[in-house]
Amino acid sequence: MNVLRIALRHLDREWRAGELKVLAMALIIAVASVTSVNFFTSRIHQALAGQANDLLGGDLVYLSDRGIPEQLVKRVAELQLQNARTVEFPTTVVAGERHQLVALKATDSSYPLRGHNRTAPKMFATDAQVAGGPVPGTVWGGSRLLTILGVDTGDEITVGNTRLRVAAVLTSEPDQSEGVLMNIAPRLLMHTDDLPATGLVQPNIQVVYRLLLAGDADAIAQIRQEWTPRLAHGESLNDVQDARPEIRSALKRGEHFLALAALVSVLLAGAAVAMATRRFINRHLDNCAIMRCLGAEQRVITQLYLIKMVALGLLASVVGIALGYLAQWGLMLFLAPLAGIELPAPSLWPVALGLITGMATLLGFAAPPILQLKHVPTLRVFRRDLGGLQISTLSAYGAGILAFTVLVLFQAQDLKLAAAIIGGLLIVLLLLALVAGALLLLLRPLQKRGGAAWRFGLVNISRRSGHSLIQMIGFGVGFMALLLLAVVRTDLLSAWENRLPEDAPNRFLINIQAKQLDGVRQFLRSEGVDPPLLYPMVRARLTEINGKTISLDDFKTDRAKRLIQREFSLSWADKVQSGNAVTSGSWWRPEDHGKPIISVEQSLARELGLGLGDSLTYDMSGKRFSAKITSLRKINWESFKANFFVVTPPGVLDIYPVNYITGFYLPQEQHNILNRLVQQFPNITVLDVATILNQVREIIEQVILAVEYVFIFTVLAGLMVMYAAIHATLDERIREAAVLRTLGGRRGQLLSSIVLEYAGLGLLSGLVGSITAGAIGMVIAKQIFDLTYVPGPALWLSGMLIGAIGVGVAGTLGTRFVLNQSPLKTLRGI
Amino acid sequence: MPAKNVVTAQDLTKRVMSPEGDLTLLQGIDLNITSGETVAIVGASGAGKSTLLGLLAGLDTPTEGRVSIDDEDLFALDEDGRARLRGEKVGFVFQAFQLLPNLTALENVMLPLELAGRHDAHLVADGVLQRVGLEQRASHYPKQLSGGEQQRVAIARAFAPHPQVLFADEPTGNLDRHTGERIIDLLFQLNAEQGTTLVLVTHDQHLAARCQRQLELDEGRLI
Repeated sequence: MNVLRIALRHLDREWRAGELKVLAMALIIAVASVTSVNFFTSRIHQALAGQANDLLGGDLVYLSDRGIPEQLVKRVAELQLQNARTVEFPTTVVAGERHQLVALKATDSSYPLRGHNRTAPKMFATDAQVAGGPVPGTVWGGSRLLTILGVDTGDEITVGNTRLRVAAVLTSEPDQSEGVLMNIAPRLLMHTDDLPATGLVQPNIQVVYRLLLAGDADAIAQIRQEWTPRLAHGESLNDVQDARPEIRSALKRGEHFLALAALVSVLLAGAAVAMATRRFINRHLDNCAIMRCLGAEQRVITQLYLIKMVALGLLASVVGIALGYLAQWGLMLFLAPLAGIELPAPSLWPVALGLITGMATLLGFAAPPILQLKHVPTLRVFRRDLGGLQISTLSAYGAGILAFTVLVLFQAQDLKLAAAIIGGLLIVLLLLALVAGALLLLLRPLQKRGGAAWRFGLVNISRRSGHSLIQMIGFGVGFMALLLLAVVRTDLLSAWENRLPEDAPNRFLINIQAKQLDGVRQFLRSEGVDPPLLYPMVRARLTEINGKTISLDDFKTDRAKRLIQREFSLSWADKVQSGNAVTSGSWWRPEDHGKPIISVEQSLARELGLGLGDSLTYDMSGKRFSAKITSLRKINWESFKANFFVVTPPGVLDIYPVNYITGFYLPQEQHNILNRLVQQFPNITVLDVATILNQVREIIEQVILAVEYVFIFTVLAGLMVMYAAIHATLDERIREAAVLRTLGGRRGQLLSSIVLEYAGLGLLSGLVGSITAGAIGMVIAKQIFDLTYVPGPALWLSGMLIGAIGVGVAGTLGTRFVLNQSPLKTLRGI
Repeated sequence: MPAKNVVTAQDLTKRVMSPEGDLTLLQGIDLNITSGETVAIVGASGAGKSTLLGLLAGLDTPTEGRVSIDDEDLFALDEDGRARLRGEKVGFVFQAFQLLPNLTALENVMLPLELAGRHDAHLVADGVLQRVGLEQRASHYPKQLSGGEQQRVAIARAFAPHPQVLFADEPTGNLDRHTGERIIDLLFQLNAEQGTTLVLVTHDQHLAARCQRQLELDEGRLI
């Protein structure tokens, strides 16, 4: 353990001498930024998942048409999970002369487990969040229902065999979104204790029983695992992943944004460490040559430096993790009140990730050049010009890039995103190498012009082409990261937000009969609303695939099982609906109208294992309908338009019972139009999706907020790269400046040449960084967010400006002291 | 009984490639240095003194010829074998001192002992530092020492493992005359105490004269 002792002593002495500070600081900031991002995102992620759970009313929902099995209730009690029950069925309620079909939901005293109901004390009064649901003896109804019934709070209505008092106007319920399109009637909420008295739950009516569960994530996962295989026809288990596609989609995009911000910190970590290592190596060439003279074998040199690196990596990682943890608490303090969300405790994963990041980054970017130290020629003790290590950029950065790739995969947990980032990195390196080459050619004729300072500054860049390249990689990566987050991020976020337009449909009309089409259009026109497109809809259940009767056991995933259990809404169209795109096969031509062919949404096809040419058979109220798949479509669910999984050409489905659906935007203040519409067409059901739209928008806004805070850390990491890049060749610059001073170089001359060199480097790095940031932005926009993004000259100009000023100022400040102290002191200090 | 040959060179030649073609730095050097002998290699600048020293110590490889130290053929060993041999049998004193800047005087002296796996490194180093009169400066870093003090630390480091051969490259080259003389006195005293074979490179005739034998190099040949 002699080597260990020597190594630790050397580490201690090198630390005291300040040699390791840039390297350690780079590492600490890198680990701190990665861990703070991950501590923070783990909390945000859990909070977002929790908030999405609000849309379900619980973390997991068991759903059945037969009641809740006693064994499940027992197991839930054993696992000490919170639970609440709801019973839902359609029924008619009466108030005086008026009656209305309602979607009745009876809830127990524990409901809801996640999220809150919102009610108003009177019609048109301001609503507020309330705890729990209606107490026994009371009901809550939506304002539309109360208008139809002509009642207000305090009045009584008849529900089955009993009379219940309207206690509040229901404005929003947490699990409203779940199966929102299935709700064919306005909502009425009551307590389960009152159910027996109504006498409404009869064997012949379609009742949906729900058991909402919430609590410990492991227990929830266990229930899910235990009960999924036991689910029979008519039963299902849903969590937020199974909730509406638009919720899933919003969550997924949010995670992508956060992962992107975290990834940039990892990238910066590598660049900063690589820069700092370079200086460290150059400073240690002499030491290694001396130790070789004193009898150290190559193996010993390698062990010595590896032990130092591992010890440094561990120490810096631990400090970084601690700082990251503190930093995310600081973040919390001002984020939590802004966001109005309660963040759960972070998981331990970021600690492990911090350690992995620290070690992988240090060893990946520092180990290859450090392993070269053993090859230092011993003769260097006589001739210092010998043994400047020839480390090829590929070998120096190859392992680093490999380590980074692994970290990216860890962080992104998404192959596509990881590939985009890695691809971007390779493009950066390639672009930088190309620009550096072009720069040398460009600078040559300029070297002969201007004064000595001008010449010396510019010559320095091209003369030190190897070093300039390394520095430009550092600066370029730093600028790319900063610009990607500062400029591209803003553009991407606004583009993403715009995906959910202000006038996205917030009201849907369902159950419109064919003979009412003209009437509805005329009504809307008379109320000043542009009549929207009306889509035909036929309810059908999938029974056979390629002539084979399907059963639950044929499908593995829960989503697939649930999809085949429910009724599909089939529609027809002659043209591809807006927001839909055919991804394989081809859309029908006019001569195909009337033929039994269908177009299927691609995620449904994937879930059910369907492809072009497969034949599907549906049951429509006892009638069979078979058709062949001729195209697959991708649907933009975030448009909130009425969309259909399965579409046929015109002239196929119109022989079956059909009704129509439409969606349109109606401002809140025109809400009463719908009451008049329902009074005129009592069978039409109005669905209000304004609430769920607001919930989705809220989630998006919180994610954006989180990304903006994560961004601060990435900027810090970016600045660290710049600092390390300047320090990487600082010794050489200081020595040169000192020699020039000795030879009589004036302060002004030296200062101008330093400023020129750094500003020139910064300008070019900024240009390359901005070009690359734009290119990566385009790829990410297209591949990940499905957006079109075109970077403009403003991005390039800002890149060059920030580069020239930033690097010019920072580089000059870093080298400036050499102008103020005696050259001998400078030379001795190196 | 005749003294044993400790350092032997046979037909030692070193050529390097230069823009003007092959450049011969050393040509056909033959020499024997016996145990306990003090030898000065002298010559003008560029005569090949440091090149010869580097080859004799196994820091560089020759184009032709062989060198053995204590009967071990240096260039039959690999790089690590030569490092091991240096650790066991060879000490160095350099013109530029070559102390590790981040280690204290004591730690610099301990380094070769520790690299050799000696558990008494601290004790031995303490003793040698005392011998060179620097016990009060043991915890100082090279930057905090004068040139003469730095060279004394380097001498202590060289003698601490009791090498058979000590190679010194212009040991007074960076020092003033007075300090240089004191350093040389110390070097010869320690050499006598330990019975070390001393091979030093110098262009200082006064210093060379203190050695038992002078080898003069001119344009890469011994004359």
